[in-house]
Amino acid sequence: MLQFLIRRLSGAVVIMFLIGAFTFFLFYSIPQDFAQLACGKNCSPENIAVIRENLGLDKPITTQFWEFMTGIVSGRDFPQGHCSAPCLGVSFDTGDFVWDSIMDRFPLTLSLTVGGLVIFLLFGLGTGLLAAWKRGTAVDKVVSGSSMVLSSFQIYFLGPIVLSLLVYNTGWLENPKYVSFTEDPGGWFMGMLIPWAVMATIFTAQYTRMARSTMIEQLQEEHVRTARAKGMRQRYVFFRYAWRGSLIPIVTIIGMDLSALLSGAVVTEFTFDLAGIGRLAVDGSLTKDLPLTMGVMLFGAFFILILNILVDLAYAYIDPRVRLA
Amino acid sequence: MTTLTKTEGAKAPGGPEAFLSVRDLRVRFSTEDGIVKAVDGLSFDVERGKTLGIVGESGSGKSVTNLTVLGLHNPKTATVEGEIVLDGKELVTATEKEMEKLRGNKVAMIFQDPLTALSPYYTVGRQIAEPFMKHTGASKKEAKARAVEMLDKVGIPQPAMRFNDYPHQFSGGMRQRAMIAMSLICDPDLLIADEPTTALDVTVQAQILDLLKDLQQEFGSAIIFITHDLGVISKMADDLLVMYSGRAVERGSVREVLRAPQHPYTWGLLSSMPRLGGDTAQALTPIPGSPPSLLNPPSGCPFHPRCAFTAEVSGNRCSDERPPLPAGRGAACHLGDEQRSTLFIEQIKPRLG
Repeated sequence: MLQFLIRRLSGAVVIMFLIGAFTFFLFYSIPQDFAQLACGKNCSPENIAVIRENLGLDKPITTQFWEFMTGIVSGRDFPQGHCSAPCLGVSFDTGDFVWDSIMDRFPLTLSLTVGGLVIFLLFGLGTGLLAAWKRGTAVDKVVSGSSMVLSSFQIYFLGPIVLSLLVYNTGWLENPKYVSFTEDPGGWFMGMLIPWAVMATIFTAQYTRMARSTMIEQLQEEHVRTARAKGMRQRYVFFRYAWRGSLIPIVTIIGMDLSALLSGAVVTEFTFDLAGIGRLAVDGSLTKDLPLTMGVMLFGAFFILILNILVDLAYAYIDPRVRLA
Repeated sequence: MTTLTKTEGAKAPGGPEAFLSVRDLRVRFSTEDGIVKAVDGLSFDVERGKTLGIVGESGSGKSVTNLTVLGLHNPKTATVEGEIVLDGKELVTATEKEMEKLRGNKVAMIFQDPLTALSPYYTVGRQIAEPFMKHTGASKKEAKARAVEMLDKVGIPQPAMRFNDYPHQFSGGMRQRAMIAMSLICDPDLLIADEPTTALDVTVQAQILDLLKDLQQEFGSAIIFITHDLGVISKMADDLLVMYSGRAVERGSVREVLRAPQHPYTWGLLSSMPRLGGDTAQALTPIPGSPPSLLNPPSGCPFHPRCAFTAEVSGNRCSDERPPLPAGRGAACHLGDEQRSTLFIEQIKPRLG
């Protein structure tokens, strides 16, 4: 177990390093002078030289890369002051510390993710199980039919419809906005309600379909029939025997969705004009802001890697055949 | 000996000795292509402490019959008609709750493949102990003690330690032993063994069969032993039912059916089976053709398209008229008794070596 964790975590560090290197050098292959970009059109050569020095662009690329990567571990000093670890450098565009910008946006992304996750797991798995339990009945047909329709919707389609209905035309709700949970829990909840609902609707439909189909598959397993042949109650068989086997594919998808959402829900954020990590990532690449892009990439990669390890741990917990060594 | 049915289709209640009596059982599945008659008018009895063997090809309705006895068919797609009386209780009309109390308690089942029939997610011990807790209301501790005792009885070494193992930590033979322990933990009166040795290798097969016989003597359970292996059946069963296309085509004691089979289908089964000490120059004779479609079974005798002796029957009776299975020892065939014994002695017996 410990051995497994050590191996996976050190593997994750290596992957993070490779992602960092790849992003960094790919970025430098853009045929553009970042100092020129930061300086604007009417820029004197002196100014460019100053900016170049300030941004550290006068040093060799490998040195810049090394400084960036060591900064994550031990922090760096900039003209603006000390950037403590994990230091993701200074934005070319705004001059802010990238880590601070990310931390500034992260509460929104986290709120969006966790709220949405709670809703779509509850409803998605709930209705999926219901449909599997009532397989072939009208309930099943309604649930599978509507989830089929809903899962083919898109956030940028459903979002504006909901906004125009609940906000612009009726005025029942205010435009979505992020208020800190610690400052105003009620405002936080009301502000996030529409994004949660719209995002969760589409995810719910996907989880419903997945839960239903994996449950139906599991219910046809022979060991499930054995459990019934032993005289175990139908509900017990359903939730103990069939559900246990369904967990593996479900946990896999949850891990993937969660890491994608934590590294920024770009479409949701743009649809509801929210400023989260996703928006930061788009801004970073549009303004060719290397440190910002690097920061957001590595931040997202971190979640993907951590959740991958967590999912593997969950497998071992669910299925005793998966031995960790 | 098993009490044999008086006349097929008769709605007589099972005799006092018959622990399980099935009368004119019909199981149909509605599928997209039409109605599948998986079991079509089957009757048999099983007496306490005795073993009834059921043989037949895949799709002959052996397994469906026995799943239906336990009520494990899908109620949405299957329609069940006829009577299944277990110890005086009618099962076809029983509620799911009543069936739950019966399953694993009075009637238990052993499945073919112990790898897939045990859940990979729970310990062997837990899976064995579960039905005991459910049916006797025993505590966890009592159930564990009982499960360990059962594991010991089925010959698993260090049963207390093995209790906490998962099925994947058991070998194939041990899994089937665990399965047997699980089925016998509530001391059932009837054990249905659905090809319990098919998935095992031959040496393990023999061990499992011996174990089942020993345990049957100890527990006094009746056994329905389903197989397509006539060698196994001769070792295990007292009586034999040969099934074809959802119907019984021949029945009798094992000795009678194997020594002097009466139905051309049984002849075919025997001729296609190699024997130890048989004449190696004598080629095995497979039954020509393939099992009939249950969706659209042949008219008359379902075996007639594959039967080599239809010419011996006058007229088109084989393809027009369904032969009844007579009372007691007998076969559902239009050939006369004498005709059959002559055919068997002259044409079939020499081939069996």
